[in-house]
Amino acid sequence: MNLALRDVRRNKLRFALTTLGIGMLIGVVIAMAGIYEGALTDALRLPRALDADLWVVQPRTFGPFAEPSRIPRDTRELIRRMPGVAAAGAVTFQTVQATAGRRPVRLFLEGYEIGRPGGPANLIAGHGLTESHYQIIADASSGLKVGETVPLGPYRDPFEVVGLTHGMVNSGGDPMAWVTLLDAQALQFAVPPALERREQASGRNRPTTTDINAVLVRLSPRAAPAAVAANIARWKHLAAVPEVEEERYLTAFVIQKMQAQLGMFMGILVAVSAVIITLIIYTLTMDKLRSIATLKFIGAPDRVIVAMIVQQALALGLSGFAIGLALIEKVKGGFPRRVQIEPRDLLVILAMIVVVCLAGSVLGVRAAIKVNPAEALAGG
Amino acid sequence: MDSPASPDRLPRVELAAISKHFGQGDTRVDALVDVALTVRAGEVVGLRGPSGCGKSTLLNVIGCVTEPSSGWMRLDGEPVYDGRFLRRDLRRLRLTRIGFIFQTHNLLPFLNATENIAAAMELAGMGHAEARERARALLAYFDMRQMRAYPSELSGGMAQRVAIARAIANEPHIILADEPTAPLDSAHAQGVMNLLERIAREQEAAVLVVTHDESIFHRFDRLISMHDGRIEAEEVPTHPVPAA
Repeated sequence: MNLALRDVRRNKLRFALTTLGIGMLIGVVIAMAGIYEGALTDALRLPRALDADLWVVQPRTFGPFAEPSRIPRDTRELIRRMPGVAAAGAVTFQTVQATAGRRPVRLFLEGYEIGRPGGPANLIAGHGLTESHYQIIADASSGLKVGETVPLGPYRDPFEVVGLTHGMVNSGGDPMAWVTLLDAQALQFAVPPALERREQASGRNRPTTTDINAVLVRLSPRAAPAAVAANIARWKHLAAVPEVEEERYLTAFVIQKMQAQLGMFMGILVAVSAVIITLIIYTLTMDKLRSIATLKFIGAPDRVIVAMIVQQALALGLSGFAIGLALIEKVKGGFPRRVQIEPRDLLVILAMIVVVCLAGSVLGVRAAIKVNPAEALAGG
Repeated sequence: MDSPASPDRLPRVELAAISKHFGQGDTRVDALVDVALTVRAGEVVGLRGPSGCGKSTLLNVIGCVTEPSSGWMRLDGEPVYDGRFLRRDLRRLRLTRIGFIFQTHNLLPFLNATENIAAAMELAGMGHAEARERARALLAYFDMRQMRAYPSELSGGMAQRVAIARAIANEPHIILADEPTAPLDSAHAQGVMNLLERIAREQEAAVLVVTHDESIFHRFDRLISMHDGRIEAEEVPTHPVPAA
């Protein structure tokens, strides 16, 4: 006879409420892991979608995502003519804040050359850029619709939304958007007329608007990436970074702090869960001390009593895990950033819960083992 | 037929010079002093005395829950204590040879009547289905129809009947009862005594009952009085004590 199950059955409401509380706590732990995985996916989605074999950037930088990288635009022509290069495309990246209707929209804007590497893949609505100016493709998470116009830049030039992508955001969670390279450069370096007049009056040179942030390189099938990269690096003003290295920069530098932050937060939550589960198990055991004394008096072995406590602790933890998971699965769509629940993370959290439950039952088990069976008798 | 106290009957409980003290020096308390007691098969023996006289300690010693300080004890014909406990699995001894009835029934609140009885049998090694079947049979034997009722849903008398059924579930040869009629009215108290007598006679069990309840003194084959840890007197009650 499973005494733990019988106790739970008899105290269904108390068990349900306790499990719900633990479940919500575990749900937050699952959400934390999901937010980290989501950030990782978001951060890597853009470089993977751009599908470049090499990233040509300013040397001694971890650009263009980890830190600024600026190289001349004619770099693309140089690179394209190199042996082993099948295609090359110049790109720029910048964050813009705009207003669509009355709604603020923050976009991570990429400028690219139509027909060259760097454009958006897998449109879910509309079409690609067809004009040299004032067209924009945005991710659906921005809330923009095809046909809508977004004023951008110091002159508030109207950009028409011609296409939509799905699930393309940067490491900060901002939706991606694409314009032509020319438009992107104009947006990056254009200043309001008054400032431009002041700059001219002071005799300063305006920054060149032809700079780009990187060149995306696709190699011929038989080209060796290391050899092409070494060739490019012979120009002292350029560096070639393989795609995998670019991904490493992103994970190591851009989202490392977020990982540490979420890790710390998860650690605190697990510690809080451990304390709460321990207290609940201890309280449940203390409530049953007389029953435990009676069981011992009539001859129940300690293992039956220990099993009752441990099984109840595990039932609480595992039910809480199931509730937490169901809860997060239900509400994860409402999070502002992607919550990506990975089976690997769930297994780790499940293992942590089992360990916490086993550790949490130690106090209760200790109290139960110390109960004197004679306490079942009353009077003297 | 010989009387329950006849020397021809098997002694189920035999105690000789059993003493138990707690503490040392100035704080020493002698809970039991040179107690000698024999309870035979089929015998129902009452144990009375003021609070703190050692009745419950004596039950704990016979139940192998408390180790005596000195003396000698044999249970169901087997030497159990001779200056030290002679067997390691006292738990098993309690489970299979001794049945306990507590003052406040001490049924497990999360098990229903049938499960409370079946649990004792399952702990002793009986299969789940067989234990449940036998538990139901025992409840029927005690005229209990509320087989699925939880202790909190039972009256005091009914709960005590379930507790007695649990105590005899493993057919023990020794039954120890600690004030089993205390929470009951007179009619139910007599009902409990009827059951204990029936069990003693039918199962050849030795029944030792700690009680303050004078209305049941006449039901015992022998009534032992304790005072300050010693057995002070022993009598064979014959007439009911008139109600006050």
